[in-house]
Amino acid sequence: MSTTRGGSGDGSRPRPEGMTRVQTAAQAEAVATREAYGRALVEVGRRRPEVVVLDADLSGSTKTALFAREFPDRFFNMGIAEANLIGVAAGLAAAGKIPFASTFAVFAPGRVYDQLRVSVAYADLGVKVAATHAGLSVGEDGATHQALEDIALTRVLPNMTVIVPADASETRAAVHAAADHPGPVYLRLGRAPVPVIYPEDHSFTIGRWDVLKEGRDLTLIACGLMVDVCLQAAVALAGEGVLAGVVNASTLKPLDTSTLLEVARRTGAIVTAEEHSVIGGLGSAVTEFLAGEHPVPVVRVGVGDRFGRSGTPAELLAAYGLTPDDVRRAAAKALALKSRGPS
Amino acid sequence: MDLKTAGRVTLGPRELAATAARVRRHIVETIGRAGSGHPGGSLSAADILVALYFGGVMNVDPSRPRWPGRDRLVLSKGHAAPALYAVLAERGFFPVEDLAGLRNIDSHLQGHPDMKGTPGVDASTGSLGQGLSFAVGLALAGKLDRAPWRVYVVLGDGEVQEGQIWEAAMAAAHYRLDNLTAYLDHNGLQIDGRVEDVMSISPVAAKWQAFGWHVIEVDGHDMDRILGATAEAAEVKGRPTMVVARTVKGRGVSFMENRAEWHGKAPTPDQLAEAMRELGAADAGGPAEGGDSGAGERGEEDGQ
Repeated sequence: MSTTRGGSGDGSRPRPEGMTRVQTAAQAEAVATREAYGRALVEVGRRRPEVVVLDADLSGSTKTALFAREFPDRFFNMGIAEANLIGVAAGLAAAGKIPFASTFAVFAPGRVYDQLRVSVAYADLGVKVAATHAGLSVGEDGATHQALEDIALTRVLPNMTVIVPADASETRAAVHAAADHPGPVYLRLGRAPVPVIYPEDHSFTIGRWDVLKEGRDLTLIACGLMVDVCLQAAVALAGEGVLAGVVNASTLKPLDTSTLLEVARRTGAIVTAEEHSVIGGLGSAVTEFLAGEHPVPVVRVGVGDRFGRSGTPAELLAAYGLTPDDVRRAAAKALALKSRGPS
Repeated sequence: MDLKTAGRVTLGPRELAATAARVRRHIVETIGRAGSGHPGGSLSAADILVALYFGGVMNVDPSRPRWPGRDRLVLSKGHAAPALYAVLAERGFFPVEDLAGLRNIDSHLQGHPDMKGTPGVDASTGSLGQGLSFAVGLALAGKLDRAPWRVYVVLGDGEVQEGQIWEAAMAAAHYRLDNLTAYLDHNGLQIDGRVEDVMSISPVAAKWQAFGWHVIEVDGHDMDRILGATAEAAEVKGRPTMVVARTVKGRGVSFMENRAEWHGKAPTPDQLAEAMRELGAADAGGPAEGGDSGAGERGEEDGQ
């Protein structure tokens, strides 16, 4: 199923004021970023003949099958052999190809850390690891298949670019940007349909965050499906008289430090939100930078130091504290810390 | 013959032997200077590398190390870097004098091969098990482009204990990569002892055959046999070739030969002097010896 209307939320839910560039609730459809990835691969394959695609027996799930159908000679199934998947992609890149290597995020970067480290990142080769089924929203397959550590694993590697698109439109643009970027890229994609917040022709620049809503009291910085969750939380906060900014931090590395500094200076308090462990992901990246440059309270919304479990995506996001209400509570804590001032 | 020329360099048997001896002196001398490194596996792989770069096989251009039309070599057993560096320097990719900087902070010659830093290095290796996959990727790209260049990869025998090797072996056969030739530097030893005792890989030739490879077994110190197998591999259609090269770890230095302890240990100054004497004697009167003033001088210095 490629496209679902409405997604898990209430189709009539309100959007924050002043958001001209994002779609209204009435327009919003839900599309999985993996689906957008598969379609974009075909586009980029037409545009750039050097693009080749590799998969490890999951082409139906990662949607690379769409590319395989269009360009069978440029598609390589490596079978259930992820270490080889990454190594072969590195060799293809070294010979001038632009390889997109796809599997589930638990397998790449999860299973292939050393291959990614030495064959790809150390050699600074333009392999694009586009991993799907990241995060809790994998759902019923449970902990073994829910990557909650992949941002941490990739972010720590020198030369690596890490991108977590918020929706289908941004995924499409990010696939094109990744193909045109000379170095290694990790593209984190999801299984579950997520609301489309950007128009189809949305543009994306690696390393540039998107301020979706200007804030006064604090800023919500999110990536992936948590961007939409934060947009919802901002509406709730506005109802309480709190003007929360919302930033889509879709490039986790390199960090958009100028936007981060700007919103930290302007609003003085930050909430980060990610469908990932609170250790090593967006919250860590933001905290690491601000601690040394402009310390303000940062409250991290994410998965605690534990594994996932089976359940529907909506049940899991609620059980692990990734709902608009959780963001709202984190915002209250950040505001309390801000008003207390430096101790 | 100019060893630094573009294209293929084809030396005769005596010159090949002399070049191999010079490469061996570079290996023990640079590791001795550095005070660390892996002499055993560098010395066992030396003849394979010399055969490929000086026996009329590798089509490369030292003045354009990234020339897209070149043949590629992946040293999957990256700890044999001193052997590769010596061969690349002799071939003209960088000055022979650079070898003295092996493992130094300001040198481009890293402890393990770095394709970004060292001209002529086609793959960054050092974490065992990854090079064959990389070579498969190169060979797939060559096939896609219908390119005439070939891919050569050198594996250690302990290295094939890594599971990724067999993933790559499967893929190479599956994609019918007859532009890929692998060499197994089968010296029978690894860090902790004999390969057969640590984790048996026997019967190793049969394993590669079972994985769909054309397999040739040779004496890995016999240039003629290495080159014969390489020529045979170039004629095989629809399958990659594995040359199982029986070698001696530490080959050429009597006290290092067949001793696992020399896997990753540098010779002391006295041992280095003794090794250099042995390696100098091995090609005494060889035709290329007279022109190799750089290595010879350094050898004498260290030998005192």
